[in-house]
Amino acid sequence: MIIPTTITGALIASGLAVGLAISGVAHATADSAPAAALKQTTQGAAQKLDSSTADHTKFEALQADFKSGSEVTKACLTCHTEAAKQIHKTKHWTWEYKNPDTGQVLGKKHVINNFCTAVASNEDHCSACHIGYGWADNKFDFSVQENVDCLVCHDTTGVYKKLPGLAGHPNYETMEWPPKSGRLRPPTDLKKVAQNVGKTSRKTCGACHFRGGGGDAVKHGDLDSSLESPGRYLDVHMDAEGLDFACAKCHVTDAHEVPGSRYGPTATDTNGVQMRGSKKTRNPATCQACHGNAPHDQAAARLNDHTRKIACQTCHIPAYARGPRHAKMSWDWSTAGQLDEHGKRIKTRNSIGKVEYDSNKGHFTYDRYVTPEYKWFNGKVKYTLFGDKVDGSSIVKINEFLGGPDDPDSRIWPLRVFRGKQMYDKGLKTLAVLHTTGNDESAFWKNYDWDKALVTGMKAVGAKYSGSMGFVETEMSWPITHMVAPKEDALKCEQCHTKVGRLAGIEGVYIPARDRIVALDTVGFSLALLALISVLIHGAIRIFVSRKKKG
Amino acid sequence: MQRIYIFKRFERFWHWSQAALIMFMMLTGFEIHGTYTWLGFQRAVDYHTTAAWVLITLWIFAIFWHFTTGEWKQYVPTMEKAEAVLRYYLTGIFTDAPHPFRQSTLTKHNPLQRLAYLFVKLVINPLIWLTGLLYLFYSSWDNWGLGWLNLEWIAIGHVIGAFLMLIFFIAHVYLATVGHTPASHIKAMVTGWEDVD
Repeated sequence: MIIPTTITGALIASGLAVGLAISGVAHATADSAPAAALKQTTQGAAQKLDSSTADHTKFEALQADFKSGSEVTKACLTCHTEAAKQIHKTKHWTWEYKNPDTGQVLGKKHVINNFCTAVASNEDHCSACHIGYGWADNKFDFSVQENVDCLVCHDTTGVYKKLPGLAGHPNYETMEWPPKSGRLRPPTDLKKVAQNVGKTSRKTCGACHFRGGGGDAVKHGDLDSSLESPGRYLDVHMDAEGLDFACAKCHVTDAHEVPGSRYGPTATDTNGVQMRGSKKTRNPATCQACHGNAPHDQAAARLNDHTRKIACQTCHIPAYARGPRHAKMSWDWSTAGQLDEHGKRIKTRNSIGKVEYDSNKGHFTYDRYVTPEYKWFNGKVKYTLFGDKVDGSSIVKINEFLGGPDDPDSRIWPLRVFRGKQMYDKGLKTLAVLHTTGNDESAFWKNYDWDKALVTGMKAVGAKYSGSMGFVETEMSWPITHMVAPKEDALKCEQCHTKVGRLAGIEGVYIPARDRIVALDTVGFSLALLALISVLIHGAIRIFVSRKKKG
Repeated sequence: MQRIYIFKRFERFWHWSQAALIMFMMLTGFEIHGTYTWLGFQRAVDYHTTAAWVLITLWIFAIFWHFTTGEWKQYVPTMEKAEAVLRYYLTGIFTDAPHPFRQSTLTKHNPLQRLAYLFVKLVINPLIWLTGLLYLFYSSWDNWGLGWLNLEWIAIGHVIGAFLMLIFFIAHVYLATVGHTPASHIKAMVTGWEDVD
């Protein structure tokens, strides 16, 4: 949050007072009420000025009792006339990204991952994290401006929540949530949310990015809800009591285009600090964009030498999932679908209370303070997409981070490698698309019938399921770049500069104390030993001879 | 037997501080190389680097001293009596044969010493200097047009230099004990005065 909550609270309070006054609810009390409210607002403003020049509670367009999110969007667009057009161009909207390096068409819409695996045929569920309203199936109209969801990113109240199964909508009526919990969720107060829009925050971005893959701490490893209000130990920049960076502080957004996507990451930037006036072609979300390439002061200048080979993150994020949340580490779909003796869904938890087995999804493992894996990475990523050959004979890399020691754009990066076992079509020799959610007969989470679910899933991407499926081991890599530790917690020299350290598996770079030419050491120490033996013999003879003479 | 003043004050200061620095740098250097753990890698690197700059400073003074005093001539190689001196150390020393070389202020080193020290000054030291400085300025390689260099080659060169220095050190320390008495050369290096026949 950029705005401290107390200020926001005061503004909401004063704003509501004005709102009540304007709407006439307060008319009955006294004629002086609006004046009092106005006075209060002025005083409030004098005490705590917001940096924003607009108080959305005062906007006429936002005084309506909105029936749907799209109605709110229409109201937003009366002032922010270009906003939806901008959104329509972004990955957040299209879920599509053409990688210029590989030509591959990526994005959530196309990639098959090793979490929930695929969006196709499951849109109404997955689109709870789409910044739109109504993406329930492949007939969604991406060109309609009112389909854009402004509130999910700009809400400051915390009450706005898109629920899976509602095709990107929040609940407009009272609804039991979570399902079968017995708890009732009141209808979303769209008016309140609309009148309290503001800048994006860790909470709004985190609504999806902390909870990707179906829950908190499932997907990224370095992003989970502990970053909503982290301490310094967890992230020096986002530290709620310190620098308190919002996501957009680094992901500096222009025309709603948020830079710094992992679909086209920047592995290194040797062009130094990005000053005001710098060309906007560079990714502003890198460490180097602010810190440059020689960020360590003179006392630790030797550390700057490392930037030739090592990404900042390698030392400064010694482990991920360093908050209280356990990151999901693996997902085995092959055991999914087992039911109890009554034919009911099974859910078992491990000793720390995390779901270990779920009939819907299979087996999971978790971990905290996870040591990353390390790899040369040049920013290019190659995916195994639907249709790419998968025959079950080897581990499938969902995505492969490219690069090597001789590539000047490569640096040694910390990665989270998420391992899984998932569905593939033995006949078509491709990763499979599974229809998981929905109320129809073929949805896997309803009837646990692999074949039926695969027929529907594969059909959604224009393929015909061969009728023969299997499970294949998969690995998906994620760059570790958040949860930047305080400098005192950065990796110590000895953690790499030792015979078997963090970078034991990294080839193509000479690391003092790890590497040596064994032959050179053997010859060198042998000659030194020989010299020592020679002088000792010489000395012994001298002593012997002189004693003999004396004797 | 007479006493002559061989080693001047600066020379003695140079010798002993250099001796201390080189021993310390061998100890920290082989730790950085991964041969053993003593101070920890980070401290070993810090101390090794600091000692390197101190030693470089000392060398700058020493080079200046050698050239201004003309003492550099002490290292001009000669083969005269070299064989005799070698034979003395291999056999004569055991039979109390007279040393074939007579020390003086103008020729303080015997021919073998001259060759050994010249080898240190022209081969070992430059190798260590050059590779060590490149090691220190690793991050500037690209700016200096040396981007094609490889840290492994530099490290190999530096380690070769270190082994040569270690071997020299062993021989040198032992040969310091072969004077009239085991301590006489060492005493001379401390006081400056050497007993000669």
